[in-house]
Amino acid sequence: RLSSFPFSPFPLSPLTPLSPQAAMTKLAQWLCGLALLGSAWAALALAPPGLQPPAPLRQALLPLPVYLLVAFGCYSLATVGYRLATFNDCEEAAAELQEHIRAARADLQRRGLRL
Amino acid sequence: MAARGPGRVSVLLRTYDERDNLPLVVWLLARTFSDSGIDFEIIIIDDGSPDGTQEVAQQLEKIYGSDKILLRPRAKKLGLGTAYIHGMKYATGNFIVIMDADLSHHPKFIPEFIRKQKEGNFDIVSGTRYKGNGGVYGWDLKRKLISRGANFLTQVLLRPGASDLTGSFRLYRKEVLQKLMEKCVSKGYVFQMEMIVRARQLGFTVGEVPISFVDRVYGESKLGGNEIVSFLKGLLTLFATT
Repeated sequence: RLSSFPFSPFPLSPLTPLSPQAAMTKLAQWLCGLALLGSAWAALALAPPGLQPPAPLRQALLPLPVYLLVAFGCYSLATVGYRLATFNDCEEAAAELQEHIRAARADLQRRGLRL
Repeated sequence: MAARGPGRVSVLLRTYDERDNLPLVVWLLARTFSDSGIDFEIIIIDDGSPDGTQEVAQQLEKIYGSDKILLRPRAKKLGLGTAYIHGMKYATGNFIVIMDADLSHHPKFIPEFIRKQKEGNFDIVSGTRYKGNGGVYGWDLKRKLISRGANFLTQVLLRPGASDLTGSFRLYRKEVLQKLMEKCVSKGYVFQMEMIVRARQLGFTVGEVPISFVDRVYGESKLGGNEIVSFLKGLLTLFATT
């Protein structure tokens, strides 16, 4: 049965995970990843004057999370748009199906099917 | 009981009000299997259809034989998952094909599923509408957008390793399907997604074959706000629990 606690680090199923990744839910993986990146960013960007990285790096670093979010948004739109545009229309499949339906009906009637 | 070869395929067809389509699907299945020399049986799980589907099924049983057509109806309309569990009890094949009975899935792809399965010794072969020359007929732009958008979301959140998570045209190894049915709890679209996600969790392999999905009933149903909301809820649940 599923664990009903989404944040449980220990799966209650009888599975023995082969790696920490296998045991973690996707949500937990995201939170871990965000925590890691977030703390690295915070450490560098919000460091006290003595430990600050050089000015150009800090200037690029501060708005980085927003930039990444926007970049991801653009990527998403572009990807979905591309996939939408290239979504195959199966005209032939539909036509073929109609033929098959005709053949099927005729044959089934011959075999004694009464509709 | 007739001898069964190692490659016998059991097709599970859950029907509800499919009086018109059922004979056509069965005819196409029988034709496909005999053309490719594949041993098969078709298990029809009718959920008490009021339109006479059962009667048509009985005629088909007479035409094709009760070793090929197994009627295992239920009293009323219950879930798809429970239909599979019910049908599997009677399946004698080593492979189980699940598909829609309304002709949106064409049996001609099943030999390709089997070929693919042999090629990579896959535990599951999933028909995909989103890769290769897979596709859809009968959808307008809005429906396609929703489909691609939802699929993108599931790819980002679940990273499932399969391109079409909500598809329901698949071949499973029998033991694999049995194992998965024990673990899956969702309903509807999310159920199909959960199967693939849990399969990956359990270390099962998934192969893909492009298929065409011919939607002939789009005008009459299907995708209202309610469905979208329950899809999102289900997706988030899978995200948080798997």
